[in-house]
Amino acid sequence: MVQNDSPEPADPSLTLEDVSKVARLSRLKLDADALDAARVDLNAILEHVAMIGRIDVDGVAPMPRPLDTVNRLAEDEPGPTLDRSVVLDLAPVIEGDFIAVPKVLGEGGA
Amino acid sequence: MTDQPTIDPKDDLTERMASVRRGDVSATARLEQVLSEIERRGETLNAYHETLETSARATAADVDERIAQGGDTGPLAGAIIAIKDNICTTEGRTTCSSRMLEHYRSPFDATVIRRLRDADAILVGKTNLDEFAMGSGSEHCAWGPVRNPWSTDRVPGGSSGGSAAAVAADLCDAALGSDTGGSIRQPAALCGVVGLKPTYGRISRYGLVAFGSSLDQIGPICRSVRDASLLYSVLAGEDPHDATTAELPVETWTEDMRPTPDQLRIGVPREVRGADHHPGISEMLERTIQRLQDAGVSIVEIDLPLTEQGISTYYVIAPAEASSNLSRYDGIRYGHRADPIPGEGLEDLYARTRTEGFGPEVRRRIMLGTYVLSAGYYDAYYKRALQVRRLIREEFDRAFRQCDLIMGPTTPGPAFRIGSEQDPVSAYLNDVYTVNANIAGIPAISIPAGETVDDDVSLPVGLHLQAPAFEESRLFGAGATIESILTG
Repeated sequence: MVQNDSPEPADPSLTLEDVSKVARLSRLKLDADALDAARVDLNAILEHVAMIGRIDVDGVAPMPRPLDTVNRLAEDEPGPTLDRSVVLDLAPVIEGDFIAVPKVLGEGGA
Repeated sequence: MTDQPTIDPKDDLTERMASVRRGDVSATARLEQVLSEIERRGETLNAYHETLETSARATAADVDERIAQGGDTGPLAGAIIAIKDNICTTEGRTTCSSRMLEHYRSPFDATVIRRLRDADAILVGKTNLDEFAMGSGSEHCAWGPVRNPWSTDRVPGGSSGGSAAAVAADLCDAALGSDTGGSIRQPAALCGVVGLKPTYGRISRYGLVAFGSSLDQIGPICRSVRDASLLYSVLAGEDPHDATTAELPVETWTEDMRPTPDQLRIGVPREVRGADHHPGISEMLERTIQRLQDAGVSIVEIDLPLTEQGISTYYVIAPAEASSNLSRYDGIRYGHRADPIPGEGLEDLYARTRTEGFGPEVRRRIMLGTYVLSAGYYDAYYKRALQVRRLIREEFDRAFRQCDLIMGPTTPGPAFRIGSEQDPVSAYLNDVYTVNANIAGIPAISIPAGETVDDDVSLPVGLHLQAPAFEESRLFGAGATIESILTG
């Protein structure tokens, strides 16, 4: 017997807490109104998406790409790259020859 | 003069280039005419983000000089082409219609841009789109919506709305778009022009700002099927910069390969013919079927029971891939960065940057994608969607054993009013007939199929043809034959 290892999507009914977690995982900072609007929208979309739960997928292999393509690897050889000055020109904030970022290690030694 | 579009497939890029080669008109004169029209209609249509006048003029002058001297010219010499602003060009900016990339200038050309340049095309400007190509109305744009040249209070479709509007309004000869779930074909249909989404892997995605990597394809929006074939022949082919491009040779289609109507066996899905769409769409489909049958085309009834489930499948796969692709925008290496707040950590800077930089629809899709990929939900959504994807693919394979091509409407209705679609689910349903070609990776084309009246306004509608993978020639052949039956 083929085991169905893709459970059907359960009734999502995301709560504000769920949406807040998804926003955090998405690296977005939403205020209370935006979070609530997102909750309404995501629930409506997920309710529609739940249609795929009614399709029998037992024993069907997932298809991450549309065609059965084979992975191709390039030769591991150095090639031309962008000049350092070109890359630095793109960066929003630089310090000398470096891209500036806020302090990563906190005082507590994160 | 009237600004109502007139799309005559005989007055196309192919014919216009021939007139330049014959010396009837110079490439420069044509370019100046187009630039002044862009200037005149720019504010109304909002189709272009910017024009690339300096380099366009230089290319036109070079083409004119070579023609005058009897020198060699490329297959697109004199062609005035617009570029969707999510395709990287070293000239101008590549903004994706997003505050995130408002000032971004690409240090490299996309492979398709290099191919157009090598073919002597004149790249006239960058066109407006839904932010990061997410939308079906070209309303989700950082700098205002695109307007449909047929009726300026309507959307042109999306996400390649700027490209489609520019072609329909004659602000270029043809344009490049990108299609993740219908973003070339749907706006082409709503603007009354031709739009081709090639087979996945046919045209390099190198330099196309990634949205859904297993779905995205670049393709042409143009005035005739033969133009689509010409542009395809320049753009298609293997590219070492994109490992997903196919190693198969690109077949050349020419007009003399056009089939006669009685050689065509076209499948029409029962699920589409009986669907509850705009009455003008049903009428167009029945009228088209009748005209094709009268001309000798064989129409076969087929079944594609998963037609409607495509949207649900797509709105798992595409946001999942988008959430992953768009995670690169963090304000560090390029793009927008939020103003610093003393003492703020890196994570908070990322989050503020992304919240400021992305518009509401992009944020919504990132969250949806993040959710369906998150622990505990992955199998129920993402993995299941990939299983349904295989079923959709197999359903197409079975259908193509009964017919050479599958035909239906491109969209469930004509262009809707700007601002009329507020909830995301009804907006997503605009793609119901186009997403499955992306899910299955097969090629599809939309060709103009007359007009329908909606609230006393006459609006174009499109006919959608789908073929098996790597059978673009079938689309060109059948498309050209159907085009002449419908316009004949």
